[in-house]
Amino acid sequence: MKIGYYPGCSLLGSSREFDESVRAVAQAIGLELVEVPDWNCCGASSAHVLDHKLSLALPARILAQAEAAGLTEVLAPCAACYNRLASARAELVADPAAAAEIAAIIEMPVTGRVKVVNVLEVLDRFKDVIREKTVAPLGRKLACYYGCLLVRPPKVVAFDRAEDPQSMDRMVTAAGAEAVPWNFKTECCGAAFSVTRTDLVARMSGRIVADAVRHGAEAIVVACPMCQSNLDMRRPEINAGLGADYQIPVLFITQALGLALGLAPAALGLQRHMVPALALQPSATV
Amino acid sequence: MTSAPHPSTHGDTLKARVEHATGVKLNHCYQCGKCAAGCPVAQDMDLTSCQVLRKVQSGNPEWEREALRSEGIWLCLACETCSTRCPQEVEVPKVMDFLRAEALRLGVAHARSRDILAFHRAFMDSVRETGRLYEIGLVADYKLRSRHFLKDVLLAPKMFTRGKLPLLPHLITGRDALKRIFKRTLGSKP
Repeated sequence: MKIGYYPGCSLLGSSREFDESVRAVAQAIGLELVEVPDWNCCGASSAHVLDHKLSLALPARILAQAEAAGLTEVLAPCAACYNRLASARAELVADPAAAAEIAAIIEMPVTGRVKVVNVLEVLDRFKDVIREKTVAPLGRKLACYYGCLLVRPPKVVAFDRAEDPQSMDRMVTAAGAEAVPWNFKTECCGAAFSVTRTDLVARMSGRIVADAVRHGAEAIVVACPMCQSNLDMRRPEINAGLGADYQIPVLFITQALGLALGLAPAALGLQRHMVPALALQPSATV
Repeated sequence: MTSAPHPSTHGDTLKARVEHATGVKLNHCYQCGKCAAGCPVAQDMDLTSCQVLRKVQSGNPEWEREALRSEGIWLCLACETCSTRCPQEVEVPKVMDFLRAEALRLGVAHARSRDILAFHRAFMDSVRETGRLYEIGLVADYKLRSRHFLKDVLLAPKMFTRGKLPLLPHLITGRDALKRIFKRTLGSKP
């Protein structure tokens, strides 16, 4: 099976282990990723603050590039990219006048016919393959953290419950882990305030980390680069704020599944985390 | 909150501009407060989401200015918890986006919006030049704009040794087209 692939900027830099693990897992389950040609940034959490049309035009150019390449579906692993692309697509489809204006701005025809899917949706199609190929059941208690952008707004994303979603819980369970029930599955981590309001991010992400630990989780599993970097790279600020020393690692869902599929930790970028995550590989003893 | 003094009947109220630009019907909000109850940053806001909505609903010029000058509109992270839970389906983050743009246009943006804006502008500068986000460029540009030169100096080397901070930007081929997209949208906005 082939699918369009939009890695997005974070996956080339600060979250490159997400790209590495998506590619490794895709290969293992027989999914071919076709990168959108000459893709640009989706505008992320910044474009919409500065200008609404810019926040539509940037994802529209990506959708137009995908259309021109004959793709029918694009996987955007980054939850922020996924959300920006899906929101722009919904707006283009609902408002033909706006779509015409955006097409003129990007100098390309764009219809919104390319479907945008997130990593959980795509992996869910392969759940039987994943169950079959699981050679190293995770055997850990995991807190599945969905954050904002995968489940909200439900009118646009519409693939799981907006409150208490289940898709990632089912997936890690299929890979031999125990998904713990906890309170902060869809609470915001502070997102793009990581640099400008680190104080807020430390508090918001701190609540999430503390609750996962309180419910017995040995790792937090995410599908968003912003969530991952706030919970992982901001751990010193989180721990300072809480007066604690939480060492719970934060994995991308594709890293967790990759381990269960028996892929090498280095192929999944597990060595790149700030909070050490290598001890989670099934052969390691803690 | 007391009832609004003298609601304006003038067509160019902030309420009319919000509704025209976003399509959100502000009268749908009946002030239940559910948006602020679930908002993860409500405790840090001078005006919470429902208070901002009430100010804008009023059509009262003084209240409109208070909403535009508030720090609260800059703290909205667009996490969409409010719009997901709103019984009237009011898309609050869309309103916040518009109010921020309007506060800038009128030159009344809250002083502490400076760093937040500096970050978003630095982010978009990087995209305009290369087509993709160049993280080192973003941080350098943000530091110049915000004057927070020492922010996170210890984090960068840790990211670099983990291969998370590529030194060179990725340049897309369609950079000229992208520059024109910026010109046609952001244009000469502040």
